[in-house]
Amino acid sequence: MMNIPLLLPTEWVHELLMGWMPETAVSIVEMVLIAVVYLAFFAVAGLYLVLLERKVAAWIQLRLGPNRVGFWGIFQTIADALKLVSKELTGTVKADKFLYNLAPYFPIVAALIALSVFPFSKSLQAYDVNIGIFFLTAVSSIGVIGILIGGYGSNNKYALIGAMRSGVQVISYELSVGLSLLTMVLLTGSLQLSEIIETQRTGGWLIVQGHIPALIAFMIYMIAGTAETNRAPFDLVEAESELGAGYHTEYSGMKFAYFFLAEFINMFIIASIATTVFFGGWLSPFGITDGIFWLQPIWFILKVFIIILLMMFFRWTYPRLRIDQVLTLEWKYLLPLNLMNIVLMAIIVWLKFTISW
Amino acid sequence: MERVFFYIFAVIIIVFAIASVTSKKILRAIMYLLMSLLAIAALYFMMDYAFLGAVQMAVYAGGIIILFIFSVLLIHHVEGEIEEPSKMRKIGMALLSLLGLGISLATIYSFDFKVATKTATTSVENIGKGLLNYGEGGFILPFEVISILLLAAMIGAIIIAKGRKNI
Repeated sequence: MMNIPLLLPTEWVHELLMGWMPETAVSIVEMVLIAVVYLAFFAVAGLYLVLLERKVAAWIQLRLGPNRVGFWGIFQTIADALKLVSKELTGTVKADKFLYNLAPYFPIVAALIALSVFPFSKSLQAYDVNIGIFFLTAVSSIGVIGILIGGYGSNNKYALIGAMRSGVQVISYELSVGLSLLTMVLLTGSLQLSEIIETQRTGGWLIVQGHIPALIAFMIYMIAGTAETNRAPFDLVEAESELGAGYHTEYSGMKFAYFFLAEFINMFIIASIATTVFFGGWLSPFGITDGIFWLQPIWFILKVFIIILLMMFFRWTYPRLRIDQVLTLEWKYLLPLNLMNIVLMAIIVWLKFTISW
Repeated sequence: MERVFFYIFAVIIIVFAIASVTSKKILRAIMYLLMSLLAIAALYFMMDYAFLGAVQMAVYAGGIIILFIFSVLLIHHVEGEIEEPSKMRKIGMALLSLLGLGISLATIYSFDFKVATKTATTSVENIGKGLLNYGEGGFILPFEVISILLLAAMIGAIIIAKGRKNI
């Protein structure tokens, strides 16, 4: 079945388990272990991104932000999560219970699957599928189903309007995300994420290699990526002043937390794709720490962190767009620009005008 | 272990396919269909044919299903329950489905399947070269025909959406 390359310390765990278990049991136990590790990472990353968002918001608005629970408020979001777990799960009487309860699992499962293909370092990758980027776009298209049926299942007009807006927006901006990544694939000649990083190890980061079209692709990717995660300035899905809380108006407790966590993990995923495709993944700048393998995940996380900060600055800087402006931006500006950009990149690759050393 | 997974997915596909046909609520039927399609994608991934699995997810789960949901939300009455068909119709449909199942099973069991001796992963590179190959065994003609068909569909959609006045 799926060939799962071992994570870093798992070589040791593998030996340990092989000592007293049959081979099938070992592979099952290893799958479970990897799943648990990813789930733990998922939860911790989600919680601390929420905290980071609040701190950045406070910083931009000259406030202090959460500072009561633990030093600098570092346990604030954990306390919030505990509160959410202990809350009552409410629901509307005339709602479609099955769809209402099913909906929160779509975004969170899609986000978790997408997380599994990223190379955090040369060997720290759960599933190195040979269609990497295409797999990511395919999986991320599942998440919006949860929003749509959650909005419908709530039997609430605000939720339904929010869900419809989200559906329209995500389907439109998926095109731009896919096409801008395709522009970069022209440079690498492979969709596999480990191959993409290998190309950058020998020839410099892709944003340098592809210079002008790569920069355009990166800008389009950041705009479309922000829109795909339904974050401000594209957060008209849950525009608080118009729609209550949008598609998750009727959700409470853990089910609300699933939607909320998935949103932040999606931001992490968008930033991770940008890191892998544009900024060399786990590679250090100019190869300064090439020999030290345990620094690779740290470089990766650092780059992701910088891009996430950028997305958070977007959120607290720009005002929200109207729905017609959102659609005009995508279909009349980003998409034609993107198509022209692909042709430009193809010409540059064809004439070998790329920068590489 | 692969066998176990295969049977799990097969049961999911069959159960949700039946549920999707018999469900009275239209949006639930779509969700059951989605489960069935995702299980088929899982089978492709199990066969190590990740490209087809991802296409299945992107096109069917991500595209078609969302289109279905949209059309239901836009057109159908929100409380939409499908009315019960007449008894004669039900029996006729059951017979027709049984006939279809019989033909499929007969074809599958009469064909002499060989056990594959070697496995190979189909890479995207091979698929792309095959699609644009105009030599022996290339698929350039179907590829171009489908492109023209899609273009025609797109232009048609734009014309219909624009209405009569502005042409």
